Amino acid sequence: MACELWTENLDAYFDGELPADEARAFNEHLRQCATCAAEGLRRVQQKRAVQAVGQRFTPNPAFRASIQKSIAAPRQSPWGWRWLPVFLSATAATLLIASAFLLNLQHDRRSEQQLLSELVDQHVATLASANPVDVVSSDRHTVKPWFQGKIPFTFNVPELQDSPFVLVGGRVAYVSQSPGAELIFRVRQHQMSVFIFQERGLREARENEAVRTALSFQVRTWRHNGLRYFVIGDASAQDLDKLSELIKAAG
Amino acid sequence: MPLFERLYNFAHWLTQDREEAEDLVQETYAKALKGFSSFQPGTNFRAWIYQILRNTFLTSRTGLKSTATVPLDLGGDDETVPAANDTPESILLQRSDQQLVQEALGRLPVPYREVLLLCEFEEMSYQEISTTLAVPVGTVMSRLSRARRALRDTVQELRGNKGT
Repeated sequence: MACELWTENLDAYFDGELPADEARAFNEHLRQCATCAAEGLRRVQQKRAVQAVGQRFTPNPAFRASIQKSIAAPRQSPWGWRWLPVFLSATAATLLIASAFLLNLQHDRRSEQQLLSELVDQHVATLASANPVDVVSSDRHTVKPWFQGKIPFTFNVPELQDSPFVLVGGRVAYVSQSPGAELIFRVRQHQMSVFIFQERGLREARENEAVRTALSFQVRTWRHNGLRYFVIGDASAQDLDKLSELIKAAG
Repeated sequence: MPLFERLYNFAHWLTQDREEAEDLVQETYAKALKGFSSFQPGTNFRAWIYQILRNTFLTSRTGLKSTATVPLDLGGDDETVPAANDTPESILLQRSDQQLVQEALGRLPVPYREVLLLCEFEEMSYQEISTTLAVPVGTVMSRLSRARRALRDTVQELRGNKGT
């Protein structure tokens, strides 16, 4: 009997488990075959009956509450032990990062100190030299052009009128194999050196604008437009500050 | 209906006892919490938790008893009884006897009862049922077919008893 083939698939059809094309064919057959249609209807009725009676038991509110409590309750000890290795490794990682940071900081400080010592040495050498400057001029319009082609950047020499400072001259200085400008100023009997370097050449010196002393010389340093400025001298702190302000104002 | 209530309902259907059902659900949740790492995200959570509940039931005293006394997939491949005597009247009658269906379902062996509930009430796909019961899809289909026949027979039997 041809219907036997179909009845085998009745369950799958009404359970929605037949592939789309087979389901379409089945649908077509159901329209034409009264026996299969009746059997199908009976099965759908039974399916619905089970569906309807399936929902029969409801949990006690007290039981529901106790389950919710048991799920929400923090499981102290296993949780603690489980996370112990994570906690330990996190602590170790934090310590490692912190010590690396401190080491880095120390390294930075050391290299900054080295740089300052080098600059102070150059300043002292300039003071001691018989020919302290390569371009002798108090005219800033002479000194600035002199550096053209000698250093890979340009800078402005401050206007010194109405100030106690006198421009003595300039020379090329070197730090970490990078050329820079050294300007020598005089205030009363004190000489001060202003070093200007490209920041790129001083990658290790990361200190920001700062005031400090090195080997009892006063030092002022700041950065501007990719250049790093150092003012070094044995004049008073006020004098260094004033000169620094003039240079900063010149940009 | 939230999963918790469905789980409880299913547990009660399996155990046929409120207290046992509560124990079963409690243990299921405890196992699910403990073994949550074994659940693979992206797979069927419902089938996973029903599987835990069912396995817990099968290893319980009631569960062991129910499977020990009823051979699985009993009944062979009998031909479907022709539904020649089904008429609109008899269908109407069937609609009215939900009470009978409920009683018959409770009387069915656990393997039939659970597969019917998973398919009709939980509306699980054959694949989901296969995962939950840990049997091939083909077995799901044949067991479902036998369970439906058994249910119909039991309803008719109960109706006959009531009629006489």
